[in-house]
Amino acid sequence: MSPDAPRTSGPAASIGNLIRRPEFGTLIGTIVVYAFFASLGGKVFLGAPGWSAFLTMAAEVGIIALPVGLLMIAGELDISVGAVVPAAALTCALVSGHYDLPTWYGVLAGLAVGLMIGFINGYLVSRTAIPSLIITIGTMFGTMGLTLGLTVLIAGSTGVFMTPDPVAKLMLGESINFMFRVTIFWWLGFALVIYYLLHVAPWGNWVFALGGDRDSARNAGIPIRRVTIGLYMLSGFAAAFVGVSQVLTFGSAQVAAGQAFIFNSIMCVVIGGVLLTGGAGSVVGIVLGTLTFSIVNQGIFFSGLDPNYGSIIIGALLLIAVMSNDTFRKLALSYATKK
Amino acid sequence: MADKTPVIELRNVDKSFGPIDVLHEISLKVNEGEVLCLLGDNGAGKSTLIKTLAGVHQPTRGEILLDGQPVRFSRPKQAQEMGIATVHQFGGTFPLMSIGRSFFAGVEPTRGWGPFKVYDRKTANRIAVEAVQNFGITRIDDGDRLVGGLSGGERQSLAIARAVHFGARVLILDEPTAALGVKQAAHVLRIVNEAKRRGLAVIFITHQVMHAMAVGDHFAVLIRGAIAADFRKGEKTREEIADLMAGGESMADLESSIEGYMESHDGHVPPPVH
Ligand SMILES: Nc1ncnc2c1ncn2[C@@H]1O[C@H](COP(=O)(O)OP(=O)(O)OP(=O)(O)O)[C@@H](O)[C@H]1O
Ligand SMILES: [Mg+2]
Repeated sequence: MSPDAPRTSGPAASIGNLIRRPEFGTLIGTIVVYAFFASLGGKVFLGAPGWSAFLTMAAEVGIIALPVGLLMIAGELDISVGAVVPAAALTCALVSGHYDLPTWYGVLAGLAVGLMIGFINGYLVSRTAIPSLIITIGTMFGTMGLTLGLTVLIAGSTGVFMTPDPVAKLMLGESINFMFRVTIFWWLGFALVIYYLLHVAPWGNWVFALGGDRDSARNAGIPIRRVTIGLYMLSGFAAAFVGVSQVLTFGSAQVAAGQAFIFNSIMCVVIGGVLLTGGAGSVVGIVLGTLTFSIVNQGIFFSGLDPNYGSIIIGALLLIAVMSNDTFRKLALSYATKK
Repeated sequence: MADKTPVIELRNVDKSFGPIDVLHEISLKVNEGEVLCLLGDNGAGKSTLIKTLAGVHQPTRGEILLDGQPVRFSRPKQAQEMGIATVHQFGGTFPLMSIGRSFFAGVEPTRGWGPFKVYDRKTANRIAVEAVQNFGITRIDDGDRLVGGLSGGERQSLAIARAVHFGARVLILDEPTAALGVKQAAHVLRIVNEAKRRGLAVIFITHQVMHAMAVGDHFAVLIRGAIAADFRKGEKTREEIADLMAGGESMADLESSIEGYMESHDGHVPPPVH
């Protein structure tokens, strides 16, 4: 849990503190949806196929949801991730497939595209008073248009193939037992690094302060522009990472891929207890929210239910999450050490 | 007294926001161990003036001198690093952050080595709680509590305690007593006197005559962004000050005379009355 969890000694106090954390609600949600789909999906869902399905999905959306969550804690949104995923994938495929350069060139070029779009987002958001929702919708369309235009111009089609070299494929695009993609471990790595950044390093404090009160954060001497740009570069990088790992896994990149990441990442973050108004949230919560979302999303295929019910469940989860986040916020504010 | 180098000085500072001129030719000096009370009606430009000193805004014209050296702050952080600590009128704390984290926002204590810095929660909480308790708010004993759970006055006290902790040369307080009870307000005044004794230059904004009289060595009245009166303690009676602050007779006189002067002098403001 976050180091900010109000702490006092004694088991009663710590349970009291635990249930005041928004992550606690998310954890219950995760357990409930898992139990629900386990009861419907039976052995297959409980076994490796089930875990492989929802973990693979969770890893991809989770790598993006983590930095998007940081941004939302800081009070900003990033819609452009949906365009960065295919932009990075196509850059990688064009460099290493179409031009036949070494795989690493393509990987680095793809990641650089993500960092660059992130920088543009961060720069525009920190320099103007335009809401980040609008700015990142703009950069999303810009990126999509450029990606499509340049791909057709260079490769003459909307899809590009490449054959990754074995080491790169092993690191970014391989599956263990043909089921568990290595992106699951990368997700874990991202989660640990971002946990450190948000909850351990002093920088995390700046992110919370930025989402709490932007003017006060600036007045307190926090370099809010640098933090904003850094946050957007992080989400651009993460989206590009997912795009690149997709090319290395499947050996091809398509222009129209990645839209789903926009809403999915935001939903994972909100289910994970991050306040829509910014200022509060945790990495543990975002990871749990991502798991919950992916269990519902994939569990529906194992359950024999009409897949449309999956959307209903996710919608309901989202509403419950938003309402309970608000309740947890009130509880946390009313918390006082009883003496 | 007069030939000492002031800690902070403004020379002919103008501040405009685009076409809106808020401050006109402000010149002020604050010496070491002296309290300047900045008085004036709502919208007179007091907060704008101190934000210019705190690095939030940059002067459009004119200069700011710190210990006689011209300085230009492009960010609040730079002002802070030179020992200017400010409590702004609104905000200053973060409702969903813990007391310790809010207190140290931007200047977090760390432990650990190299690039792997760890936020030192224990130290932050201990110092923050001590600072607030020194303020007479002994109910706060847990630095992990969220700021949003505190009362308005407690939050204000936290913000003041922070400025006192970090302010090495200049302490700027924008209506610090506005949200406070009688006891806490008295405490702020005591703290201002204590800061003065330690040799800080203090700029204190208030709408309450009693509070101004209790700590002020030097008073400046702002009317529509210009200094309308600038006098030292004892040069005016309480009634005259109250009148200036409350916008009574003499206030109306001043206002109309300023307007007349500005019309006949190409928009320049008259020298302050003494
Ligand atoms: N960023 C800004 N852009 C445009 N105008 C501004 C800005 N900040 C302040 N002003 C204007 O400057 C004038 C002075 O505002 P300021 O906040 O300095 O007043 P004040 O003396 O602190 O008043 P109060 O006693 O109510 O706190 C107001 O008319 C305000 O509208
Ligand atoms: Mg003001």
